[in-house]
Amino acid sequence: MKSKSAAFPYLVWMAIFIIVPTALVAIFAFTDRSGNFTLRNIESVGQYSNVFLRSIWLGAIATLICLILGYPLAYIISRAHARRQNVLIMLVMLPMWMNFLLRTYAWMTLLEDSGLINRALNFLGLPSLHMINTPGAVVLGMVYNYIPYMILPLYSVLTKIDPSVIEAAEDLGADGKTVFLRVTLPMSMPGIISGVTMVFVPAVSTFIISKMLGGGSNLLIGDLIDMQFLGSAYNPNLGSAISLVLMVLILICMGIMNEFDENGASEGGLMV
Amino acid sequence: MAWLSASAVWLPQVKKLRKILCGGQPENKVRPKMRTVKQLAQLYFTAKGMHRLEKQAIVSLKNIAISFDGEPVLKDFSLDIGDKEFVTLLGPSGCGKTTTLRIIGGFTRPDSGDVFFKGRKITNLPPHKREVNTIFQKYALFPHLNVYDNVAFGMRVHGKSEREIKSKVSDMLGMVNLQGFEHRGVNQLSGGQQQRVAIARALANGPKVLLLDEPLGALDMKLRKDMQNELKKIQEQTGITFLFVTHDQEEALSMSDEVVVMDKGAIQQIGTPLDIYNEPKNAFVADFIGESNILDGRMREDYLVEFSGRKFRCEDKGFRADEPVDVVIRPEDIGIIPPDENHLSGIVQNVTFKGVFYEIIVDVHGFKWMIQTINCTTPGTEIGFNIQPDGIHVMHKSEYSGTFGDYSSFSDEMDESVTGTDLEAEGAAT
Repeated sequence: MKSKSAAFPYLVWMAIFIIVPTALVAIFAFTDRSGNFTLRNIESVGQYSNVFLRSIWLGAIATLICLILGYPLAYIISRAHARRQNVLIMLVMLPMWMNFLLRTYAWMTLLEDSGLINRALNFLGLPSLHMINTPGAVVLGMVYNYIPYMILPLYSVLTKIDPSVIEAAEDLGADGKTVFLRVTLPMSMPGIISGVTMVFVPAVSTFIISKMLGGGSNLLIGDLIDMQFLGSAYNPNLGSAISLVLMVLILICMGIMNEFDENGASEGGLMV
Repeated sequence: MAWLSASAVWLPQVKKLRKILCGGQPENKVRPKMRTVKQLAQLYFTAKGMHRLEKQAIVSLKNIAISFDGEPVLKDFSLDIGDKEFVTLLGPSGCGKTTTLRIIGGFTRPDSGDVFFKGRKITNLPPHKREVNTIFQKYALFPHLNVYDNVAFGMRVHGKSEREIKSKVSDMLGMVNLQGFEHRGVNQLSGGQQQRVAIARALANGPKVLLLDEPLGALDMKLRKDMQNELKKIQEQTGITFLFVTHDQEEALSMSDEVVVMDKGAIQQIGTPLDIYNEPKNAFVADFIGESNILDGRMREDYLVEFSGRKFRCEDKGFRADEPVDVVIRPEDIGIIPPDENHLSGIVQNVTFKGVFYEIIVDVHGFKWMIQTINCTTPGTEIGFNIQPDGIHVMHKSEYSGTFGDYSSFSDEMDESVTGTDLEAEGAAT
């Protein structure tokens, strides 16, 4: 007999920290400064549609790059000896223990027109590259910061694949490539879905990376919201409206992701 | 001169024939099957003899050696598996039987030695190129595919047409009695059903040899018995060579054409189930297969063995006079009679009802015998042993002599915990 009262503290937590804030955002979105109901905030979000598109586009590219780079790495780690696996995973997670801001600052130093990379290129006699304040730099920042969130779910799923299933596939006539395409890849799909979700959601709503590495011309939604609350153009209603629209967008994307996951095999990985 | 050159041709063939008749180990004497040279010649020239001589082993292991973490698992191991036979590798955990299977399947590379398939060397061939298929202990079905796709996997990899696949899959599912299960997910099946899918999947590939790695271990007893019959039937129908690994000697005896008993990486005995049971070669085989009372004895002369202070008529010969031997008497071969001077006698220690028979432990001068009988008796009674000559089996001494004690306990583990306490007291009492 499960005791319903044991869930009580969690219900309280959920109420205070999840339901109430979300309701507040919604309320702010639909009211103006004097507290009257208005739809003007939602309408004015429309003028920022190019920012939305840019965010989704850059987020998608960053997720794709994370997947392409992260899958082979996760595969290699899962095939290594048990002790070495722990060391490698620690190395993957190590940058995450450092401050997010510091890491992004570090990339600025590297990518600036007079930064370390350009100085090295000049030393070798090669011309400088303009890397900072471009969409590429923003994507680079996103990939660097979020790739551990792709590698870890993939690694976790790949290590759980029973080696005798791989042996069974080989036994039935599948060579290395066929085993990967017909067995390993389909069986790691829940990990792929988890990883993609855990990278795409923060990537779309990121704001510091775009400001520091992208300059003023590559603003993403996160920057917009930041400006409404902390910038000089203080407009919390507009900021809440933008946040609400962003939330709805992400929910739609999650819904699409769920369509790929028919078995519900990645229930644990979905974050809203 | 002519005689010398003739014998140069003749003798190797005779030796080869003796080797076959001895079950592959020429140094062991063949007892009831010993034939004269004339009989050997007749065998050689008859069709049956020719067939036995020419019987090609479909899988051959020659001088395989392999170690894991510095521990040798197989040392100079050689084995021939006959075509279309049901062969079982039987032995305790750690004897190397699963390793042998994996070497044949290609999942483990031996350190030295070779594997031959129909005469061709396949030692370095990867598993997907070998014409053998494996049934794994935990079935290893593909969880992301349904039953149909699992069974079709091998054929799809080999590029067969969908029409061919459809008919083969339904044949296979029919053979294992899983018609109608095509669209079920693997996780929705019971253990027995998963096992049958694994069998269908392996057979759909049309292998010449099927390797089975303790496939029935996880099933309950009644299902296991049914599956044993199913497997035997499938083997007879399809004519595929089955190589079965198990530690369950009942399973081995009931299903196999030939049993290979292994311990510590070496073959202890090869033979039909009847041979292994009735004529074990050493104390290990005698102890591992069925229950046996193993005693120290001395072979006085042919057909006369002495143990427990008495002489007994037996049916074995070919030993040196007064050679120390191991004597095996199966519990079911001892009858209970009233005690008298002409027969071995002892005091009943305990009686356990086993359903089919009573299991009685009898103390004879400190040595605990086991008797299986349908006659009940009570602890404390003195009884006499009625042992017929054909119930006594004599074996040469081996490295295993003296390692299997009496029936004070059934397992090695209990023996270890008992040593030093009860045995000393027993020794003092004798």
